[in-house]
Amino acid sequence: MVNENLVKDVVKEPYKYGFVTDIETEKIAKGLNEDIIRLISQKKEEPKFLLDFRLKAFKKWQKMKEPDWAGLGYKKIDYQDIIYYSAPKQKEKISSLDEVDPKLLETFDKLGIPLTEQKKLTNVAVDAVFDSVSIATTFREELAEHGVIFCSISEAVKNHADLIEKYLGTVVPASDNYFAALNSAVFSDGSFVYIPKGVICPMDLSSYFRINSGDSGQFERTLIIAEESSSVSYLEGCTAPMFDTNTLHAAVVELIALDDASIKYSTVQNWYAGDEEGIGGIFNFVTKRGKCLGKRSKISWSQVETGSAITWKYPSCLLLGEESVGEFYSVALTNNLQQADTGTKMIHIGPKTKSTIVSKGISAGNSKNSYRGLVKMGTKATGSRNYSQCDSMLIGDQASANTFPYIKSQQSNSEIEHEASTCRISEDQLFYLQSRGIEFEEAVSMMVSGFCRDVFNQLPMEFAAEADKLLSLKLEGSVG
Amino acid sequence: MQSKMKESDPILEVENLSASTDNLPILKGVSITVYPGEIHAIMGRNGCGKSTLSKIIAGHPSYNITNGDIKFLGENINSLEPEERAQSGIFLGFQYPIEIPGVSNLEFLRVSTNARRKFLNKEELDTFDFEELVKEKLEIVKMDHAFLSRSVNQGFSGGEKKRNEILQMALLEPKIAILDETDSGLDIDALRIVASGIKKISNAKTGIILITHYQRLLDEIKPNYVHVMSDGQIIKTGESDLALELEEKGYEWTDNFIKET
Repeated sequence: MVNENLVKDVVKEPYKYGFVTDIETEKIAKGLNEDIIRLISQKKEEPKFLLDFRLKAFKKWQKMKEPDWAGLGYKKIDYQDIIYYSAPKQKEKISSLDEVDPKLLETFDKLGIPLTEQKKLTNVAVDAVFDSVSIATTFREELAEHGVIFCSISEAVKNHADLIEKYLGTVVPASDNYFAALNSAVFSDGSFVYIPKGVICPMDLSSYFRINSGDSGQFERTLIIAEESSSVSYLEGCTAPMFDTNTLHAAVVELIALDDASIKYSTVQNWYAGDEEGIGGIFNFVTKRGKCLGKRSKISWSQVETGSAITWKYPSCLLLGEESVGEFYSVALTNNLQQADTGTKMIHIGPKTKSTIVSKGISAGNSKNSYRGLVKMGTKATGSRNYSQCDSMLIGDQASANTFPYIKSQQSNSEIEHEASTCRISEDQLFYLQSRGIEFEEAVSMMVSGFCRDVFNQLPMEFAAEADKLLSLKLEGSVG
Repeated sequence: MQSKMKESDPILEVENLSASTDNLPILKGVSITVYPGEIHAIMGRNGCGKSTLSKIIAGHPSYNITNGDIKFLGENINSLEPEERAQSGIFLGFQYPIEIPGVSNLEFLRVSTNARRKFLNKEELDTFDFEELVKEKLEIVKMDHAFLSRSVNQGFSGGEKKRNEILQMALLEPKIAILDETDSGLDIDALRIVASGIKKISNAKTGIILITHYQRLLDEIKPNYVHVMSDGQIIKTGESDLALELEEKGYEWTDNFIKET
């Protein structure tokens, strides 16, 4: 009797980023072996330490087993059937944006990320990554004036090899998990950020990841280092075309915050989710972790996960520094046959460390949406505190929501608090809003936004508006 | 009773309305006509169908109209969506206002007001202009500005919820307001505020239906007509003194009317 069917109609998602850019690409042969890894490293003109890093990771990966503990249902991935390097063909050395293929600029224009000098976003510096390579990074000179390094990781390997060698793999070791090992072996591009001591980054930094090719995986790697008393806000967005095959995306993100430094990392993930029957879509297997190395350092993750056929992602914080702070704010919306298994790990190691977890899962259609998180208090984490809140909203009667909170405490002088709730959009709430003249679709969208309010409040302002719009869009039927 | 000549056309005509939920008949042929400037009171025991009648007029999806018509300004609205009814000027004040977590009261009121304004071909209000308007209306119900930044009805006391309903009525300026037990759960001061608010908002062009158990609201707002409902039917209609008689004699007295009819 409840308008379940109506609600379901409303949740139908139009995906407006599903186009493919017709561009000549340089792809290497399918398959994964040592020669392929050497070839990738050679194409990127990497120093020996990095090739060794890759080969070691590959050896580890070969001995590992694909994890199945999340209970996600998907066809086995054939790792030999994937192309591990795909780049749009362009001139060897590009000195300015004018030399970038107009088709690429047009693609990012269409995605709402204009890159050219005249049109670029005024308050955000953007690193645009297309398949395996970074196309352009805006505002580099302006940032350089403040000593901020913002470039693709490939460039950083060339120009700042010392920093890469010092920090790469120190937060997420190659052996951490199956997909992190794979990424460490074959990662192609991604962003690198370095904020020097005492610098408050003058603008938000952002990376936009675009998968264009249907048969190649995307394996980006991001490394952010915030030196003492510095701070940065970093945003990440992602989209992909609609293919009826699944594309693997296995990224690694590492954050390092030193004394009194703070890093805010926000993601709006809108990879193609597959169609109503669950055909196609991105497999989003991502390892994101931050290390609060310094005293009073702070790492805050906020994420809005709306896309991907499967999401497997647990942005985490290692709280080593005394009084360091970790935060995780998440909205995950799943529809049709999407599966999301997401959450966080807050590992309290240092004393007086503090963490906050707020997770909002919305499940519609036949989707499966799980929160999986770990809060661990180590032997030295005296006087530490955690607060977790995990709420689920169910739309329709076919969707499922699960919460798996793991709590481990190795000493008694710390506090852990966990709250969880599950709700449904009730007919009475809908009727109340409708009886005030608010259209059905807007009413649903208002309630979903309201449900996510605590998380949206944590997003940078422009992003919050975008996230709100994105959710409405997914909830808006074919109107979008 | 309502057969005497009226100068203008009726706002609301409920004609021989029968309705059911889950195949269970709730209304069994109800008729009410409300002309501009009139105040009607509907009284009756719990479960007699008065709340159901108000919900059906507002378009609640749980009920099926099995017979009869609801006409608003001469047009049949049986099949209109609830939001269409609201936009065109039908207001239902809820007996139990619903909580909407995370949605700010201010934003809710603004979206709602703009939906009505759009229908009236009036300019939609941005946040600043709306602030001005809402400030003025807050006076009517003596509500503090702080209510606006809270989530819709969440953590509101019973009295605050009811005042928030009247605030919505003030903003939406409906042609007809059906107020379902707006007086229940109010202390005497809050009742006076709510009653004076209702009087300020209504005028010679609007109609009001008050659903209530008690005389005390009708002391504040004197109805032109009082209808007594029982088992899904209106069993007696009179003028305001009927409510007084009812107060005195109780609903058992009305059981005799059923036998009469």
